[in-house]
Amino acid sequence: MTLADAVLAGDRLSLARLLTRVENETPEGLAALDELFPHTGRAHLIGITGAPGTGKSSLVNQIAIHFRKLDKKVAIVAVDPSSPFTGGAVLGDRVRMRDLSGDKGVFIRSMASRGSLGGLATATAGVVQVFDAAGFEIVLIETVGAGQSEVDIARLAHTTLVVEAPGLGDEIQAIKAGILEIADILVINKADRPGVESTERALKTMLELAHPVQKIFQHHGTYMAVQASAEEMAGMWMPIIQRTVATEGKGLPELLGSIQSHGEYLRQSGNWQKRERARLEAEFDALVQNELVARFRAGLTEKRLDETVDSIQKRQLSPREAVNLLLNGVGK
Amino acid sequence: MAERKIRVLVAKPGLDGHDRGAKVVARALRDAGMEVIYTGLRQTPEMIAEAALQEDVDVVGLSILSGAHMALAPRILELLKGNGQEHVLVFLGGIIPDEDIPALKEMGVAGVYGPGASTEQIVADIRSAVPA
Ligand SMILES: Nc1nc2c(ncn2[C@@H]2O[C@H](COP(=O)(O)OP(=O)(O)OP(=O)(O)O)[C@@H](O)[C@H]2O)c(=O)[nH]1
Ligand SMILES: [Mg+2]
Repeated sequence: MTLADAVLAGDRLSLARLLTRVENETPEGLAALDELFPHTGRAHLIGITGAPGTGKSSLVNQIAIHFRKLDKKVAIVAVDPSSPFTGGAVLGDRVRMRDLSGDKGVFIRSMASRGSLGGLATATAGVVQVFDAAGFEIVLIETVGAGQSEVDIARLAHTTLVVEAPGLGDEIQAIKAGILEIADILVINKADRPGVESTERALKTMLELAHPVQKIFQHHGTYMAVQASAEEMAGMWMPIIQRTVATEGKGLPELLGSIQSHGEYLRQSGNWQKRERARLEAEFDALVQNELVARFRAGLTEKRLDETVDSIQKRQLSPREAVNLLLNGVGK
Repeated sequence: MAERKIRVLVAKPGLDGHDRGAKVVARALRDAGMEVIYTGLRQTPEMIAEAALQEDVDVVGLSILSGAHMALAPRILELLKGNGQEHVLVFLGGIIPDEDIPALKEMGVAGVYGPGASTEQIVADIRSAVPA
C-alpha cells in the first residue's frame, strides 16, 4: 500500500507523513500528488488573510468549530514566516486553536513560508490538495499576513476573508496593497474594541470605490481586477462586511452564513468552475515553463552557455537574438 | 527538492504558570534553522501527542516546572508510541531533580535539561540525535 492509498483510507499518521514529503517536494511526495489528483476538487478552500495580530488564528478556530457543528471535516493550514537569516521559524498559530484538539474531524498543519513572499509557502497548494483528496470538506488556509501582496491566497482559495481590526490605522495601506480587491468577505474582528464604527465606515467607502470588479486570473498566473460593465454587475458578488469578536465567538454564525452564501454564489454563477480552471491552467503553465527551461538547459553545454552570455555582454547579440540562435539556429 | 528541516514541537504540559523558558528554547531552535511548532500553556498529554502527530515532528520538547514530570513524561511517550510515533525524540526541560534523570532516560526520554542548561547544548544534542 502506498502512502497515498493509506491517506485515502483515512490513516492520520500517513497523512501527516505525506504532508511532510509534499512540503519538502521529495520525489515520493510529488508522485503521491499525481496519484491523489483524481480525488481532488471537492473541498471548499477558504483563505484567511490580514495584518499580523488581527485575529486570524482565533477566527480560524471559531470557523472550524462552526463547520464541525455541521459535521464537516475541517483541515487547517496555517502559514507563518521563516526567518530570512536562519531559515528557521516559530509557528505559533496553534496556540489559538486549542478548542479543536481532541476532535478527529479536524487536522491542523503548521507551515513555514520557507522564503516564499506571497503569504503562502511554495508547497501550500500541494498540502491543500492532499487534504482535499483525503476527504476534508473544508480547508481553512491562514496566510502569513504580511499585508502586502497576498494575491496568492485569492488565487488558491474559493473564498477569501480579509481580516481587519479597529485602530490599526492601516486602512490606507490596505488600499495600496489592493487587499480589498481580493476580499470576498471583509471581517472586522475585535469588534469589542473602540473604533469599530469608524473602521467600518472607512472600509465601506473604500469597498464602494474598489468594487464591483470582475476577478480575472490571467494566463501565467497574473491577476487582474477589471471594472465591471453594468450588465456584468448584476449577479456579481459584492464583498460583505462582517463584525466579529473571535475570542467570544460573536458574529460567527453570521460569518459562517456569509461563507456559505459565497460558496453557493460561486457554484450557481459558474465562477467556481471558472476560478478552478484558471488556477489549474496557471499551475500547468508554470510546470510547462519549468520543464521546458530544464530541457533547454540540459541540451546546452556550460561552455556554449558561457560563450553566448559573453556575446551578449559584448553587445554582439541581443538577449533575444541569442535565444533565437540557440533555440532555432537562426543567427545574424 | 526542498531542504529537509528539523521540526520540533515545543509544549508546556501541566498547570504550572509561565512559559518563559519554553519560549527561549523555541527561539534558540529557530535561530538554529529548525521549524518550531509552539503550542502554548496548559497542554494535556493527549493534546501534545495529537499535535506531534499532525505536525509530523522529529522532536517533542517538554517544559515542566510543576514537578509532575514522572507522571507526564511516561504518559506522553506512551501516547506517541500508540500513535505509531515511537521514533519521535522527547527532550525534557525544567526543574528536574538529578535522581529522577536515570529513570526518565530508562523510559525513553532522550535528554534532560535543568534551568542552567545552555541552548547551544540543546541544539547540538537535537542535531546529533535526529537522523539526517
Ligand atoms: N479583544 C479582542 N482580542 C482578540 C480578538 N480576536 C483575537 N484577539 C486577540 O488578538 C491576539 C492575536 O490573535 P491571533 O488570533 O493570534 O491573531 P493572528 O492574526 O492569527 O496573528 P498572527 O498569526 O501572528 O498574524 C490574541 O491575543 C487574541 O486573543 C477579538 O475579537 N477581540
Ligand atoms: Mg495566526
